[in-house]
Amino acid sequence: MNLTYTILIPLIPLAVFLLLGIFNQKIKPSVSGYVGVFGLSISTILSLYTAYQYFFVSGKVNGVYQTFVEKTVWMNFTETLRIDMGVLLDPIAVMMLIVVSVVSLMVHIYSRGYMKEDEGYTKFFAFLSLFSFSMYGLVLATNLFQIYIFWELVGVSSYLLIGYYYTKDSAVAAAKKAFIVTRFADLGFLIGILIIGYYTGTYDFETLNNPEGNAILHWASNSFMGLSVITWALILIFVGGAGKSAMFPLHIWLPDAMEGPTPVSALIHAATMVVAGVYLVARMFPMYYFVEDSFTLHIVAYVGAFSSLFAAVIAITQTDIKRVLAYSTMSQLGYMMFALGVSGYEGHEGVGYMASMFHLFTHAMFKALLFLGAGSVIHAVHSNYLEDMGGLRKYMPITHITFLIATLAIAGVPPFAGFWSKDEILVAAFEQNTLIYVIGVFVAGLTAFYMFRIYFGIFWGKETAYEHTPHESPQSMTFPLIVLALLSIVGGFIPFSEFVTANKVGFEAHLNYPLAAIAIGVALIGIILAWVFYKKENDLADRFAKGFGVLYKWTANKFYVDELYLFITKKILFKRVATPIAKFEKKYVDGTMRGIGSKTVLTSEKIKGMQSGRVQDYAFAFIMGVVIIALIFIYIWTN
Amino acid sequence: MIPGVTIYEILTVTSILFFIGVYGFITRKNLISILISVELILNASVINFVVINKYLYPDMLQGVIFSIFIIAVAAAETALAVSIIINLYRQISSVEVKDIETMKY
Repeated sequence: MNLTYTILIPLIPLAVFLLLGIFNQKIKPSVSGYVGVFGLSISTILSLYTAYQYFFVSGKVNGVYQTFVEKTVWMNFTETLRIDMGVLLDPIAVMMLIVVSVVSLMVHIYSRGYMKEDEGYTKFFAFLSLFSFSMYGLVLATNLFQIYIFWELVGVSSYLLIGYYYTKDSAVAAAKKAFIVTRFADLGFLIGILIIGYYTGTYDFETLNNPEGNAILHWASNSFMGLSVITWALILIFVGGAGKSAMFPLHIWLPDAMEGPTPVSALIHAATMVVAGVYLVARMFPMYYFVEDSFTLHIVAYVGAFSSLFAAVIAITQTDIKRVLAYSTMSQLGYMMFALGVSGYEGHEGVGYMASMFHLFTHAMFKALLFLGAGSVIHAVHSNYLEDMGGLRKYMPITHITFLIATLAIAGVPPFAGFWSKDEILVAAFEQNTLIYVIGVFVAGLTAFYMFRIYFGIFWGKETAYEHTPHESPQSMTFPLIVLALLSIVGGFIPFSEFVTANKVGFEAHLNYPLAAIAIGVALIGIILAWVFYKKENDLADRFAKGFGVLYKWTANKFYVDELYLFITKKILFKRVATPIAKFEKKYVDGTMRGIGSKTVLTSEKIKGMQSGRVQDYAFAFIMGVVIIALIFIYIWTN
Repeated sequence: MIPGVTIYEILTVTSILFFIGVYGFITRKNLISILISVELILNASVINFVVINKYLYPDMLQGVIFSIFIIAVAAAETALAVSIIINLYRQISSVEVKDIETMKY
């Protein structure tokens, strides 16, 4: 399989970024939108072609999907330890190519309508292209270091796009928060990479993930504090992944990231960048599975399950629709994480892995659709808050229908995409871990409830009096909605287990009818509850909220996690640690240096009179010197 | 050679002359006086040349020739110095050393 052309997939968006970035002021906004969309269309076509070639033509040898690698050496440390740059194609990479391409292209098209009157239109498209380039690079990375480089690049583009409305203080704060929190998590990632490099002598995914390879066979050779060193490294790498994928307790940046423009939220904070953490764990899955008897995978599973529950509970009480979607994203990411956590490796054992990737795929489609739909609504009513919406179904029919499809998909109603992937996840959890299965089912119910809550809140509910009558969005915005809605309908019918599995051998997944029935039942309960509470304007929900009292208050305040972070950072870190250190630094370290400087100046002030500039003084000094030397010589000679 | 006068007496005189010049060079405030002091130093050395030539190597002429050279150079140097001083006087109407200290630090 000839891979050379795949390098173009990331390079075209990079070229577009450079073009739009350099000629930012000179390009007309109308042109720059087309340039962005055109560049990404080529990437998308190439991605789809690659996927077709890989899955249906030349990827499979003897029933096993091969890993294709093409790379050049970038930095050489030792014989084996080196950093390469290149592309790697295996089932998950190719699947991610499709996800990134499709969602990114849809968001590009959508942005042409959504950002139309914005001043920084060209800049926006430049940043979007930069992000697409970084994300492609991350997906195609051949080794840990390459993935880390692009990992940081997506972090930067996320930062730039969250802070896009840089005149708004809250956007700037959110951008900084996102950057710092994920950067903090990436520190763990980096340490993990270095440990892996030191103990296994390689960064290559191929070598690391080979179940018969050195890295996996000899994981137990070094241990530290009761665990193998490699296990520690994997835990640290997972910390990095948890930071990007907004797992508890590193999730605090994601809801705030909604300050960015809505297309950005759809692309980066719902469909692509936030799944990078899931992708990372999946990318290193053999390592996670074989090292220390899946010890790290258990951590992944519990963190994922807890995050999904935690986020789903918070999502119920939020009134900003984008925040609800953000918490929903976090919850679904938790789903993917725990699906990986409960997965095995061989054949049907690996259903969790398959389900996780499947859910990643379907979730990207319907969550991007939800965000774009929400963006369409926000575009029409100029507010993020549920209070300002209601009864919009009459004004925005296309948005309404597509949003409904996405809501049904995320709630897990058959035959929409979310049902199939969620069902596989629940099957995987049921077979491995009952507690996580129960959490999963409960979260499925909550998901259905809070999603229909905002759906009814936006499109039904009270008849809000609007200042300007809301109207349907332009075609550039509804077209992506329709495409993604179609994908959300048919996405579930892809026989994913044939293509994407842990050991790259396809198997046949069957629908587990009793479990599917339970999932559907729970989802329907959630939907009906939402129907009762929110379909018509009534005070049921408020009365219920009052009934829950403290619990409601805690939930509405997101369990005070942000406040806890603020307390730890401001009161403890800044006040007790940073301020004394700063004082010490100012007083002693800086003080010493300043002292040396000022003493030098003082001394020179005092002695500069010696250089009087009068020739006579110099002559005098000269003669005195001669006299003294003469006296010394006389003294020596006479003795 | 001057009868009845030893080389030591003459060298003593020229040394005194030399140190008067040095003293004048260091202490005088007036540029002209400094120039005169420099001339004193030069003359002391010229006398030394001639005296040492006459007393130690009476059949040679180098010392005398050298003193002629020194006188010529001293004349040129003095002319130069005086022209500088005159120019200075035109600029700042003063030939005092303290008035031309603007180049220091």
